Amino acid sequence: MQFAFNHLSRRRFVRYLGAAATFSLLPGCGKRETLVEVGDRELVLHIGNGTEPQDIDPGVVTGVQEYHIMMSLLEGLVSEDPVDLHPVPGVAERWDISPDRRVYTFHLRDNAKWSNGDPVTARDFLESYQRNLTPSLGYEYAYMHFVVKNAEAYNNGKVTDFNQCGYRVIDDRTLEVTLDNPTPYFLSLLLHHSWYPVHMPTLRKWGDPYQRGNRWTRPGRYVGNGSFVLAKWRVNDIIEVRKSPTYWDRDRVKLNAIRFYPIESDDTEERAYRAGQLHITYTLPPSKIEHYRTHDPGVLQIFPFLTTYFYRVNVTKPPVNDKRVRQALAMAIDRESIVKNIMKGGEIPAFNLTPPGTAGYTCRAQLKEDIAEAKRLLAEAGYPDGKGMPPVEILYNTLEYHRTIAEAIQEMWKTKLGVEARLVNEEWKVYLDSQRSLNYQVCRAGWTGDYNDPNTFLDLWTTSGGNNETGWSNPEYDRLIVQAAATAEPQQRLEVFQKAEALLMDEMPIIPIYFYTRIYLQRPEVKGWYSNILDNHPYKYMSLETPK
Amino acid sequence: MLRFIFKRILESIPVLFIVATVTFFLLHRMPGGPFDTERSMTPEVKKQIEEYYGLDKPVTQQYFNYMKRLILHGDLGVSQKYFGWTVNELLAGSLPVSIELGLEGLLVALFFGLIAGVIASLRKNTAGDYVPMSVATLGICIPSFVTGPVLILVFAIEFGWFNASGWNFPRDRVLPAMTLGLYYMAYISRLSRGGMLEILSQDFIRTARAKGASEQRIVWKHSLRGGLLSVVSFLGPAVSGIVTGSLVVETIFDIPGAARFFVGAAFNRDGPMLMGTTLVYAVLVVAMNLLADIVQVWMNPRLRFE
Repeated sequence: MQFAFNHLSRRRFVRYLGAAATFSLLPGCGKRETLVEVGDRELVLHIGNGTEPQDIDPGVVTGVQEYHIMMSLLEGLVSEDPVDLHPVPGVAERWDISPDRRVYTFHLRDNAKWSNGDPVTARDFLESYQRNLTPSLGYEYAYMHFVVKNAEAYNNGKVTDFNQCGYRVIDDRTLEVTLDNPTPYFLSLLLHHSWYPVHMPTLRKWGDPYQRGNRWTRPGRYVGNGSFVLAKWRVNDIIEVRKSPTYWDRDRVKLNAIRFYPIESDDTEERAYRAGQLHITYTLPPSKIEHYRTHDPGVLQIFPFLTTYFYRVNVTKPPVNDKRVRQALAMAIDRESIVKNIMKGGEIPAFNLTPPGTAGYTCRAQLKEDIAEAKRLLAEAGYPDGKGMPPVEILYNTLEYHRTIAEAIQEMWKTKLGVEARLVNEEWKVYLDSQRSLNYQVCRAGWTGDYNDPNTFLDLWTTSGGNNETGWSNPEYDRLIVQAAATAEPQQRLEVFQKAEALLMDEMPIIPIYFYTRIYLQRPEVKGWYSNILDNHPYKYMSLETPK
Repeated sequence: MLRFIFKRILESIPVLFIVATVTFFLLHRMPGGPFDTERSMTPEVKKQIEEYYGLDKPVTQQYFNYMKRLILHGDLGVSQKYFGWTVNELLAGSLPVSIELGLEGLLVALFFGLIAGVIASLRKNTAGDYVPMSVATLGICIPSFVTGPVLILVFAIEFGWFNASGWNFPRDRVLPAMTLGLYYMAYISRLSRGGMLEILSQDFIRTARAKGASEQRIVWKHSLRGGLLSVVSFLGPAVSGIVTGSLVVETIFDIPGAARFFVGAAFNRDGPMLMGTTLVYAVLVVAMNLLADIVQVWMNPRLRFE
């Protein structure tokens, strides 16, 4: 060695050293085992979850992304079947329903435990419900409890004694809930996170349980009763949950951990999937659908989802205050073409508001695309061939596909009816403000059902409905929605909804356009994840099985 | 020198104050609020939430409360988008990520940019000049939302050397730093080439050559300091831009940095977060410009007497 060194000048030696160092790095750069491959081996699921959760406190948040995480950490009285989401026993192992279907008695299982080892009791549920309804918390989803006796009054501050509300602890293992009306979808309602329990001693320890900004939801503090426990939370980076050792049904849980990634850009997410970092994506860029359909159809998932894309019409503004004009505009939209040429994700053209098959309900009143009839109606309204009609303004929030759809509709109205339309786009919050203050003529909108029942789509349009935002009010419609709530017999109740939606489709304060589909990628080794209309996937049934 | 620095720091206080005040009042002029969503909330719920965040008070009172907390406690308030977090916590988590990414990008830019620029200036009007300068022009022209995905496609998806996104392993730094650095690298190489050419044509260089100084000595000892002055004055604003994070690079690589908060806060109308990020960025811009001025004075003796 000494000999060789003598022959090298210092400069040449340094040069060789540099080259050697560079080449020694290269083998380290070869194909590595991907995160997904490691995950398959260690039973760790990697999921894209859209955006960073606002929080993971069920009494504060409203979003879907938050729900996807919380459903791993918490469990309500009932849980859901992974295939069709019908309610199955959760913390309650069984329940009795009174003959008038207004009183539910839940019997809690004695092995249900919080992640700190405390037993889950009926009082935990009662206190959590009280918290969600306490006015000072300002919980947006408090209304999910309003089917319960006096819950709304307590939330409004009209009743101050919580004992007057329809929740009663009979003993540690028995909880009774009394409803105002027989509510056929009550058990489905219980799947919503506003019905999840929280561990109140933990909340008291980290802040005021009845105010926002409680800091109990951090790793190391979070006490839950679900099948997983919170292990890691790095904002905008990752949330990791690990299998809970205290969960009552832990033997069924196959996954050791789940990692949720808040990847906002769909392109970034799709690349992460291709690089082997995700088992399941949250979404898929529309431009990639065709590629996967032809090259890798096995991983492409498309299925109907409880969401409708529609246009609100401001019935207080001429010329759309005339029902005939609204009907004519609705009839002249070629929905098939929008779905096929713009969306391309298997969306279903919508001729009514409630997605078909919502809890066994499919609306019979169907809007017709009929240009001749549309022209007749328009002429009747005083605008033959669109003559004399002032331009209609279509408002949408700034997003590429909203613009494309609005342009297509603008073109359809122009060529088929001779009606001019002007497009107005506004940034999200400005658009919301315009919509709320009825400062628009026609405006794009979407609605996702909170639970699997037509009521979640149809009670929006009552006169007092906070999300009506069309200026439309119809006493008969209001009466039908109240009547549906009071009808115990399920089939009769759906008939009332049929009448209500037929009325809505005749009056047209909204113009349905299409029903959304959920589109994402899923690796074949993911088992126990079923497509369903609410896009809920209970994690305890899931597993990763790589073919041997 | 100390007096100069002290004076500049004093000067920056009113700048920051004005930035805070203008941002605050502009923010309150924006239509829509942090709690407006597609689902409208009942007036009761809205009132409770506004009360909790103090949004029910007159704007001037909100302003004084905010400034008081900021000046006395350095408290940037509670995020109105991420409920359980304070702005201080969120920035403490994300700003170091942006700064790290920025510094790594800058390192890439400086290392390759300077080498390319100096070599090009020494090989003026040869292939050794044209090739790096053409690459530099491309680097300036091609936006990072093109270079980023291309680097990912080749090195992450095709070769499998890196992850396509994330910020969890040391190797996750490589592609984002390259993407971010490329643009600055291009600038630096052009600026350093220009600066070096100017110095190399000066009389004192000719004298040095006449006296038989080696080419290495001419570059290292006589030209580099003067030739890179323009790079340094470019670096002031560039560094503050590069370390405060790049929304595009952070989005492409899904990096948990502060730039996403900055832009997101405006869309979400998250007042405290918008104020916090704006102020932190303002401080960084002021500090980096000051630093660049100091380095310039150190490098250019002529400035010391002004």
